[in-house]
Amino acid sequence: MHSLNFWPSTVDGLTLGAIYALIALGYTLVYGVLRLINFAHSEVFMVGTFAMLFTLNGLGINKQETGIALVGLLLLSLVVSAAASGATAVIVEFVAYRPLRKHGSSKLAALISAIGASFFLQEVFALRYGRDQRGFPDMMSDPTLFTIGGSEVNLSKVLVFFGAIIMMVLLDLFVNGSRLGRGIRATAQDPETAVLMGVNIDRVIMLTFLVGGLMAGAGAMLFGIRFGITQYNVGFLLGIKAFTAAVLGGIGNIRGALLGGLLLGLVESYGASVLGSEWKDVVSFVLLILVLMFRPTGLLGERLMRARA
Amino acid sequence: MNLTAWRSLLPSIDVLGPLSRFWARTPGPLRIVVYVLLVVGALVLPAQSIGSFMSPQSDWSAILFYPIGIYILLAIGLNVVVGQAGLLDLGYVAFFAIGGYAMAKIGVALKWDFWIILPVGILIAAAAGVILGAPTLRLRGDYLAIVTLGFGEIIRITANNLAFTGGPRGISPIPTPPSAPNVTLGGVHIFDFGGIDTRPFYYLVVVLIVLAIILVKRLERSRVGRAWAAIREDEDAAEVMGVPTFKYKLWAFAIGASFGGAAGVLFASQTTSITPDNFPFLLSMYILCSVVLGGSGNLLGVIAGAFLVAWLPERFRGLADYRTLAFGAALVLMMVLRPEGLLPSRRRKAELAEGTGGMGALGGEVASAAAQSKGMDE
Amino acid sequence: MTRSRVMRSMGVIGLVAAMSVLGVACGNSKSGGNGGSGGSTIAFMGAGTGPDAQLGINISNGAQLAFNQWTSKDKKKYTFTKYDTQGDPTQASSQAKKVVQDKALVVIGPAFSGESKTADPILEKAKIPSISASATAVSLAHQGFKYWHRILSNDDVQGPGDADFMVKTLGAKKVAVIDDQSEYGKGLGDAVRGQLKKDNVTVSPSGTLDPKGTDYSTTVNQIKAANPDTIFFAGYYSAAAKLVKQLRKAGVKGHFVSGDGSQDEKLATQAGTAANGALLSCTCSLAVGSSDPAAQKFEAAYKAAYHTEPSTYSAEGFDTMNIILQAIDKGNTTSAKINEYLKTLDYKGVSKPIKFTDTGELAGNLLFFTEIVNGKLKFLGDAKSSKPVNGG
Repeated sequence: MHSLNFWPSTVDGLTLGAIYALIALGYTLVYGVLRLINFAHSEVFMVGTFAMLFTLNGLGINKQETGIALVGLLLLSLVVSAAASGATAVIVEFVAYRPLRKHGSSKLAALISAIGASFFLQEVFALRYGRDQRGFPDMMSDPTLFTIGGSEVNLSKVLVFFGAIIMMVLLDLFVNGSRLGRGIRATAQDPETAVLMGVNIDRVIMLTFLVGGLMAGAGAMLFGIRFGITQYNVGFLLGIKAFTAAVLGGIGNIRGALLGGLLLGLVESYGASVLGSEWKDVVSFVLLILVLMFRPTGLLGERLMRARA
Repeated sequence: MNLTAWRSLLPSIDVLGPLSRFWARTPGPLRIVVYVLLVVGALVLPAQSIGSFMSPQSDWSAILFYPIGIYILLAIGLNVVVGQAGLLDLGYVAFFAIGGYAMAKIGVALKWDFWIILPVGILIAAAAGVILGAPTLRLRGDYLAIVTLGFGEIIRITANNLAFTGGPRGISPIPTPPSAPNVTLGGVHIFDFGGIDTRPFYYLVVVLIVLAIILVKRLERSRVGRAWAAIREDEDAAEVMGVPTFKYKLWAFAIGASFGGAAGVLFASQTTSITPDNFPFLLSMYILCSVVLGGSGNLLGVIAGAFLVAWLPERFRGLADYRTLAFGAALVLMMVLRPEGLLPSRRRKAELAEGTGGMGALGGEVASAAAQSKGMDE
Repeated sequence: MTRSRVMRSMGVIGLVAAMSVLGVACGNSKSGGNGGSGGSTIAFMGAGTGPDAQLGINISNGAQLAFNQWTSKDKKKYTFTKYDTQGDPTQASSQAKKVVQDKALVVIGPAFSGESKTADPILEKAKIPSISASATAVSLAHQGFKYWHRILSNDDVQGPGDADFMVKTLGAKKVAVIDDQSEYGKGLGDAVRGQLKKDNVTVSPSGTLDPKGTDYSTTVNQIKAANPDTIFFAGYYSAAAKLVKQLRKAGVKGHFVSGDGSQDEKLATQAGTAANGALLSCTCSLAVGSSDPAAQKFEAAYKAAYHTEPSTYSAEGFDTMNIILQAIDKGNTTSAKINEYLKTLDYKGVSKPIKFTDTGELAGNLLFFTEIVNGKLKFLGDAKSSKPVNGG
């Protein structure tokens, strides 16, 4: 048994949890509409991290930037990562899911197809860019902004946490407030009626994948700020964790993804502190199994339509 | 580009269709002759002359045992779960690991004989299947997939963390089966398990595979097999018709797990040293690939799939780096173009054409709604 | 025949034709690859492909260089053949059987400790002498092998040596010891912990991390809370890079020390400036920047042949091959004779002086240090005389 290190564990748990939450959105949105675990979503995230790496390398960043230049760099990274992930998600939908959907294939087939797409993407990056992890250039200094209970809170952690919250609020507004968002909700609730009301199903599904991909890309960029490293299989564990977060909050539920992500981040962080880091993944897998056994609908209930609840 | 259009191209390259129809018409006695020929073929397979073509860069009989033989045994076991009962298990390697550690731990600590540990290991693995299945088999199919994935990782990480299992160092030396070095058959010391020659282990795995095939075939035609088919096609309907679905799903899990356990015991006894790294998630994926590529539900297809998945990277070693890439692409293409596998079972093919057979149709409501809207346009 | 039937038959014929062409092509290209006649093959066993290939390639490059430099008139009779294990113990066992089938004279390798465990018993049974240039697990020497050797000291030398270096050279009073839960990392970490306790140095915190994980904040927080003056990590460079990066980002100062698993320039490319000043130990010797003329010659020849500096284990691979060639030059042309010769060997290699004990271990305990200076590995030499460039 080790000491809990309460405040530092809380800060780091929330930071990681915010990234989980952003990735979890992709799982939740797709599940809400298609009732399908998009296994390839972890690779959608991975592509985003590489997009950020290439942006930084392409610009020849080799020193710490400050002021406007840094803000511009961060925004550019965000746009590129989100675009890359969004595009990947749409392509995956088009290649690995749409033909199956048209053919009315079994869900088992879709799941296997998704796993295949996931491994294919991983290996493309492994073969092209090597199996070793790649470090990002050191793009910003990371001063301590303030301390909570003796724990220093750095700029990067603040950026990650509030960046994720802002993205999620924007998404919530989009899904609940816009016309396109209504289409997503309508399809999630009752596809047959949605079609009768003139919703174009294919477009809605594509939009759902796109939005999930954009969020994963934003998560990838925040991940890059926090950890500054990536690898072809970086998405594998994070993806499972994010899926756990989605289930924990109630899959299909956007606010549930936020709650689930933060909660999972905290549980993992505390669990690793007390039991030792080597048990960290076991803690989250056991939590996943327990949630599925005792509250399979998650903490906030399942469906996208109850996002307001 | 319309991927679905590719399907129409397929019949022209369907070389296996006539073969399977021929097989269906073959009378019983002739089938037995074919079976005998297959067994004889399996016995002479380790010959050097065959090996020099099949694996010029490794010892062929060692390759025949692992990965080929072990993969086939594992694939037959996973096929019970995925192909016959329609449950997606992504953590199958866990049962292989449990069998391996059972052999290693009991063999080293209690010094029991391999022949006693084999059934014990099988029972332990089956029990693990029940323990995992009992709380989770009531879940929806896609949740089950992720839970089994988690279970596989939990087993591997726990084996790595505990001193009981030797931690990252694993366990060695693991005892080999008792030898009778003087018994020969065709010049091979078939019961000499302590030597360099892997052929005794290869013959042992062949025996286990044959037993597994007989068992699975019998199950398929029994009440249990029919219940699995019903569950796979439409679980709700099966439940309504009075099939105790939970019980039969648990059976599938336990039987699948026990095959994994048997493979694990044999594997550990042959390599004499196991570590948690022997049981990565990727192995679950390779076995799943074997089942799906070959044609889940059809034994011959599954065996052929496992053989290819195990043998191709060994034969074409320069291309081994591309193995996972090729498998990933193959999985997507198979699901898009030929979801029933290379050598499909006819029943599965029919089910898949209906969009049933394992967890219901993809986005069931969405697809039907889309079809409806299409109808309205016309 | 209907149209579709014709198409089908043509499909079958096409497939068969394609397969036979494939088979013939492969059969031709492979024949003669490993076909060494009895007792003339010098085998290398180790990773040539796969995720850990680089270390194996470093060794085989060194060995190949020595073989190419060999000037004996009997050179034509011998072949140097590489058996690719991909660093995987199960593949190593089938490759070892292949080595036995090919009646190899002597084996350089197996490279890693894990694969040695499965392959060594097979080589031992076949009475083929083996010399590993890189496997450092302690237990390998305790199996009563008569044909097994290695030309570097084991993990039992590295652990205490690292501890002594931290205490004596760096003046450590409080050391954090983190391992990666791998077979290698745990063994090394425990050895360091044990020696530090003997030296009455505080070990805090003492923990593990998951090399595949990305967020090491739990470990970083524990280290930050304990505030040690030195951090020792037992594991491989990819985890070391993540750890040192997150440590420096969290403002943790203090020396970062690690073992041979982290002795790779990739530590610097992955961790960036955070890796500067990292001190890395190895029972292997890089043999670069040496004052010994033989080592200088080796360094120049290696650079000329491979357009890169000799890297971890290259010098050991070079020495191992030279030892074998020397044995052959002295008329030891069978496996048994070579094994006898190794018992009496006293050889001055470019990496270190080489002599074997009765168990096949290297005589004398030797540990070397390198430091990351401006993103490059700088060889500091023997642990006792190593002086860190950046402070100390």
